[in-house]
Amino acid sequence: MRANLSAALLCAAVLSCGSVLAQDPSPAPPSLSQGRGFDEQGGAALYANVCAACHQADAKGAVGAAAYPALAENGNLASPDYVMSAIFQGIGAMPPVGRMMSDAQAADVINYVRTHFGNRYDDAVSAADVTAARAQFGSGR
Amino acid sequence: MEMRDLFTRPIRATRGLRRMTMEPSRALSRRDLFALIGASAGGAAMYQAMTSLGFAAESPYRGPIKLEGDPKGASVVILGAGLAGMTAAIELGRAGYKVQILEYNSRAGGRNWSLRGGDDYTELGGATQHCAFDEGLYLNPGPWRIPYHHHALLNYCRRFGVTLEPFIQLNHNAYLHGAKAFGGKPQRIREVKADFEGGIAELLAKATRQGALDEAVSREDKEILLVALRVHGGLDEDFRYKAGDESAEFRGYARDPGGGLGAEPVNGEPIGMHDILTSRLWRGLQSFLSYDFQTTMFQPVGGMGRIGEAFARQLPNAIRYGAKVTGIRQDEHGVAVAFEDINRGGAVEEVKADWCVCALPLTILSQLPLNVSAPMKAAIDAVPYSSSVKIGLQFRRRFWEEDEHIFGGISYTDLPIRQISYPSTGYNSGGKGVLLGAYVWNGPNAYELTAMSPDERIKLALEYGAQIHPQYRAEFETGVSVAWHRVPFILGCAGDWTEATRAEHYDNLCQIDRRIVLAGEHASYIPAWQEGAILSALDAIARLHKRVLAA
Repeated sequence: MRANLSAALLCAAVLSCGSVLAQDPSPAPPSLSQGRGFDEQGGAALYANVCAACHQADAKGAVGAAAYPALAENGNLASPDYVMSAIFQGIGAMPPVGRMMSDAQAADVINYVRTHFGNRYDDAVSAADVTAARAQFGSGR
Repeated sequence: MEMRDLFTRPIRATRGLRRMTMEPSRALSRRDLFALIGASAGGAAMYQAMTSLGFAAESPYRGPIKLEGDPKGASVVILGAGLAGMTAAIELGRAGYKVQILEYNSRAGGRNWSLRGGDDYTELGGATQHCAFDEGLYLNPGPWRIPYHHHALLNYCRRFGVTLEPFIQLNHNAYLHGAKAFGGKPQRIREVKADFEGGIAELLAKATRQGALDEAVSREDKEILLVALRVHGGLDEDFRYKAGDESAEFRGYARDPGGGLGAEPVNGEPIGMHDILTSRLWRGLQSFLSYDFQTTMFQPVGGMGRIGEAFARQLPNAIRYGAKVTGIRQDEHGVAVAFEDINRGGAVEEVKADWCVCALPLTILSQLPLNVSAPMKAAIDAVPYSSSVKIGLQFRRRFWEEDEHIFGGISYTDLPIRQISYPSTGYNSGGKGVLLGAYVWNGPNAYELTAMSPDERIKLALEYGAQIHPQYRAEFETGVSVAWHRVPFILGCAGDWTEATRAEHYDNLCQIDRRIVLAGEHASYIPAWQEGAILSALDAIARLHKRVLAA
């Protein structure tokens, strides 16, 4: 099982490099978590495997009958509270995916999007900030 | 659209328990028995016991709606040509209203949808898949099975000439599989089910005979209970569940009975209770016991999309396709809906009507300018949509039938693909077939698969599926995947209510707000099922009609 899984992930990673390179120079490889929470560690891996599902690998968002907003160069990200409320409470078409992350994971991915894709917000959130935000937003919506 | 994952269903389990506690206490000893069964056999067995006694509620549909009274030419604009919107349009049209539907897609049906060979599908992010299935083969990305108690949907299928065939939910010869259970070897559902129930019966018989239930059941009931456990569980005359003719009646044989010399059957050794419990494979059995999945289930011949097509045939010239709604505004005189005509470069137009039935998904509606009351707006914003992924795989040979004697039904696994569903049609005919090779509902894997490219999803579905069916490697031809958060017309799968959000927002969502009323599975207590969409629409238009007549 373990060997097969590694093979699958390797396969997927190779594929990913082939198809996504054109859009993003450094995509984290695809992964699949084992339990009810996300296993990915670090902002880049969490972004690539969770956020990118909707906001896309290049963070430029997508538009259909309604939209996933671009996170790239997004002024709303200036407010850490806004981002924390979005991932713990959900907003628009966004489900509260932060509920499947630890405080450290949530902090990592928030800090990642706020310092990548043309965003330059250096006031990093800590896991403790996230703990407080989760208590505030986590049961809403 | 029902998309359930048996490993992530805490809410429904709670609902089952609530049903029990709400039942008047007319049979205390029986409830004690349920509790005992629940304690020893788990919620699924208890739920089975409860439903067999008729404790679960049916769809409240009681036949075609009758909207009596003259609406005097009132007009209604309906947003969304899914089953809710089309139900509203058809019935309001028959009652004398002028109706028009605005639909974003170039087809009707919404989530009622089949992907067939020749179809192109472009997801958000821009990846286009060309479905290359053979003639007659399809994937139902959304709803795919209909419970016998979804009376409204069945009634509309009958009225609109949609031919149904059985959908096989429980196939005793399909598998339950755990990556770490039994060395990763798939187990036949028949054996796990028989051995689990037989093991429970043995334990319960033991407790009963030792007097552990003496305070819960009368002496007379105790005698009957013991007989029932023996007969129902496949126990021998000493109340033991072991290899023998009794257990073989349920679990089948190590070697089936044959003809001629050497034809005598050989009984197999049951799986021990410890092994079943620790393997967790018993969790898979719930998918066959719960009310939503009990036999008989149905599917339309030729794909679920046949239902949406049949509804649309009832609405000639009433559906405006390629219309992307951009705003909804109401005042004391009527409703104005702004939309872009996708087929004319997004040219902005407006439809005015006296009333509006809005069957847009909340993922869309929550992003639109809309003047409704604050409580309704809060409700619209309150419901996230579940995440779900389905993957269809075409194989050049129906190896599951030819090699493994699996005709329809579903194998459940704890691998990220969660399940493999075998086609409930075209049995034993040789040739090709399309399997549902993954069906993931909520949880991390749904998002992770959505984040992947279509090719990556299929690669993983093949890699994982081959752990259950090694034939995958040689027989695969082509596949297609649908990740619901990347579906352009909805951006999600289905309304994902909790008990807390329902308590706070559900009634506010369903109220008529001056001239606007919402409809869809999200405005029902049968979320993610087509029945919920239809019942929601029927309730909405019945209330709307009353208001129109009173105006």
